[in-house]
Amino acid sequence: MAQIVVRDLTKVFKVAHRKAGVWQAIKGLVKREYNPVRALDGVSFEVGRGELVGYLGPNGAGKSTTVKILSGILVPDSGLCKIINRIPWQERAAHVQDIGVVFGQRSQLWWDLPVMDSFELLRDIYRLGPVDFNDTLEELVETLNLSAFLGVPVRQLSLGQRMRCELTASLLHRPKLLFLDEPTIGLDAVSKLVVRDFIKRLNKEHGTTILLTTHDMDDVEALCHRVMIIGRGQILMEGKLKDIRQRFARERRFIVELGNRYVEEEVKGRISKAELIYLEGNQAHFNFDPTIVTPAELLHELSAEFEVRDVLIENPPIDEVIARLYEELAI
Amino acid sequence: MTGVRLYFRYLGVSFRSQLQYPASFIMMTVGHLVVTAIEFFGLWALFDRFGSLGDWALAEVALFYGMVHVAFAIAEAAARGFDVLHRHVRTGDFDRILLRPRSTVLQVMGLEFQLMRIGRFTQGFVVLIWGISKVGIVWTLPKYLLMALSILGGCFLFVGLFVLQAVLSFWSVDSLEVVNLTTYGGVETAKVPIAIYKGWFRRFFTWIIPLATINYFPLMAVLDHQDPLNTPLWLSWLSPFFGIAFFTMSLQVWKMGLKYYHSTGS
Amino acid sequence: MNIKAYMAIMRVRFMLLVQYRVAALAGIATQLMFGFVFVMILEAFYFSSTVLQPMSLKEAIGYIWIGQAMLGMLPWGGDAEIQNLIRSGNVAYELCRPLDLYNHWYARAIALRVAPTVLRALPLFLVSLFLLPQEYALEIPTSTAFLAWVLATLGALFLGSAITNLINISMLWTISGEGISRLLPALVTVFSGMVVPLPLLPDWSQKVLTLLPFAGLVDTPARFFTGQLAPSEIWISTARQLIWTIVLIIWGRRLLQRGLRRLVVQGG
Repeated sequence: MAQIVVRDLTKVFKVAHRKAGVWQAIKGLVKREYNPVRALDGVSFEVGRGELVGYLGPNGAGKSTTVKILSGILVPDSGLCKIINRIPWQERAAHVQDIGVVFGQRSQLWWDLPVMDSFELLRDIYRLGPVDFNDTLEELVETLNLSAFLGVPVRQLSLGQRMRCELTASLLHRPKLLFLDEPTIGLDAVSKLVVRDFIKRLNKEHGTTILLTTHDMDDVEALCHRVMIIGRGQILMEGKLKDIRQRFARERRFIVELGNRYVEEEVKGRISKAELIYLEGNQAHFNFDPTIVTPAELLHELSAEFEVRDVLIENPPIDEVIARLYEELAI
Repeated sequence: MTGVRLYFRYLGVSFRSQLQYPASFIMMTVGHLVVTAIEFFGLWALFDRFGSLGDWALAEVALFYGMVHVAFAIAEAAARGFDVLHRHVRTGDFDRILLRPRSTVLQVMGLEFQLMRIGRFTQGFVVLIWGISKVGIVWTLPKYLLMALSILGGCFLFVGLFVLQAVLSFWSVDSLEVVNLTTYGGVETAKVPIAIYKGWFRRFFTWIIPLATINYFPLMAVLDHQDPLNTPLWLSWLSPFFGIAFFTMSLQVWKMGLKYYHSTGS
Repeated sequence: MNIKAYMAIMRVRFMLLVQYRVAALAGIATQLMFGFVFVMILEAFYFSSTVLQPMSLKEAIGYIWIGQAMLGMLPWGGDAEIQNLIRSGNVAYELCRPLDLYNHWYARAIALRVAPTVLRALPLFLVSLFLLPQEYALEIPTSTAFLAWVLATLGALFLGSAITNLINISMLWTISGEGISRLLPALVTVFSGMVVPLPLLPDWSQKVLTLLPFAGLVDTPARFFTGQLAPSEIWISTARQLIWTIVLIIWGRRLLQRGLRRLVVQGG
């Protein structure tokens, strides 16, 4: 059963525009011009219970507008949005009891106070019973390994520690749905892994439905069952990451170590089935399309011409795939 | 947990964060006391030169001054969240308030309770007590009660103004200073008997922004002073309710503002 | 620091202020209101006494409007950017620049004072000179009084900027800096004449008041404009402003040196 149902959402903002220059600024005192910006232009999708979905798109594509509507902060101009059978902005109090939201770039913790104080205040805000609260907190403290800094003021935490606390703060009331907005932004490698691992576990063990917006493609690759790509206010593509890769980046990379050093012309002329994209010393990178030529055929052709010492076949990096996708969708 | 108890929890949290830097806190409070007390010094200096303000004596004016400052100090401390809401709106932190299952008014009030306003409170209170001891009238319990209730009504009135200011910040952040006309400007205006002002100006602060209900109307029932405005006695005794009514109205405007915010975001 | 860079600082400040269009209008409205309240209170005081006062009601009203119009020039506080620089410890980078730090900050202080004044003074002058009812209006001065006022205002600007810079520098000592930036505005408002026109303060205090540096900020220009001081007094008052400005600049330079040395020793 779908937990999030979104149909034909539209939202238009009026944006004031300012021109440069002193004179224009003074003119702006009297009159200001507005441009309409279509943030959402007929967005539809569904997310089922227990899904972990990536919501991707370049900056300004409409991601955060969607998340704001889903969390009940913003009312769309038209269209339908139902979450657990509720319309978010009509039943705000009941709705927000069921969702958790983490904004990677903002904090919901009380800056000058120990983390624990924030948690206790949230307990009172969400009216949690002492037993429930203690159980949930204990579990979160253990899985996210927070016990060492529960008494430390938030302003003294590292970014990674703080993000773990932000996650905890958003989950104390055990929401059925979690919206994550760039949860790994700015984190070091270790913290990223901790956060990712935690999100995965949360989804698996508690069945929490998670919508993840991020620019970090490693997050997406590690976590998401499915991705939706938004651009110019519309969902341009959705499906499994694997399928998207299939469609937009069919080529693989064939990396060979040759017995000798060559110049580009020498290699290019002798290989017809793959495209040489990089040559440095005796290492050559080829792109090939597995639906046209199999790796075995390619290796055959190569070894007929050169001495091949080592071979490695790779997918193009996901960042590259997405960049190409944005380019092709013209967003 | 009930709203009131939650508010006190917020207060506790706010106090603790402000006392994290005690030296800075003391400095701010003392600074605030001195800066606000200057106004009374100004009045004193003018009385020293001119003898009286119309036919009002300094001790009488001290009551007007004390009541409005005490009321404003409490409102300023309690409604600080509304006063700075524009910052939270601009950074997007206001969204967080909408993501929590409690009343928005309660949460905004809980953002910050500015302890340093004790500074203004203290000087206002001292002036008030001095006025009470010097004014030379018979004091009765109902008189004290009326003054206390009117101060409370004044708090509600000022909090209502801060709420209206916060609503403005949903539209445009830079129009906020207009509200200072009625808050800081209101304190400035009402520190002396409002009867000394002329025509439309006095009427604006009597009937549109009912500043006169904070001190002028109630004090007319308290002081043995001829009233140039002929305030009816019932109005003196009803004045505390004007502030509460104003506050209730401002909450309605707040709801409209929220609706607007929901349709535009920040 | 060359003129071009200085003009750039000025331009940015001005743009910043104009960007917030309604804020500018609201600020002007607020000052008009405060001025108006003050004028009405003073009027009531004047009507309750028949004794001859050191200044006429008309002069006192003019004094108040000048004070309101030039409000932006008062050294209320320091330069927020410099304060942040010091708080974050990034002031150390300022030492790497090939400029004299005191002069650089002083130029910024002048810009900080001039930009809001230009924006707010003009409309306030227009309203108080031409739009208010006769009894509350500012009177057009004689041409010599006007010239004296211009000179005195320039003096006030340099003096106010020196005080602003002292506040900036005091931030190098965190706690006492905060105390100074909290308490100094109180001194400035009282002793410059913003709270009560200085001639109306008790007679016994007049001697001290004119000796303090603060009178040069509001009181002196306002008295020239309203004709309460004869234009021929301008040389004495300018000398007084100048002497204080020089004293405060020397003091500020000393403090800055000591503060920076302390900063280097302690490593921020």
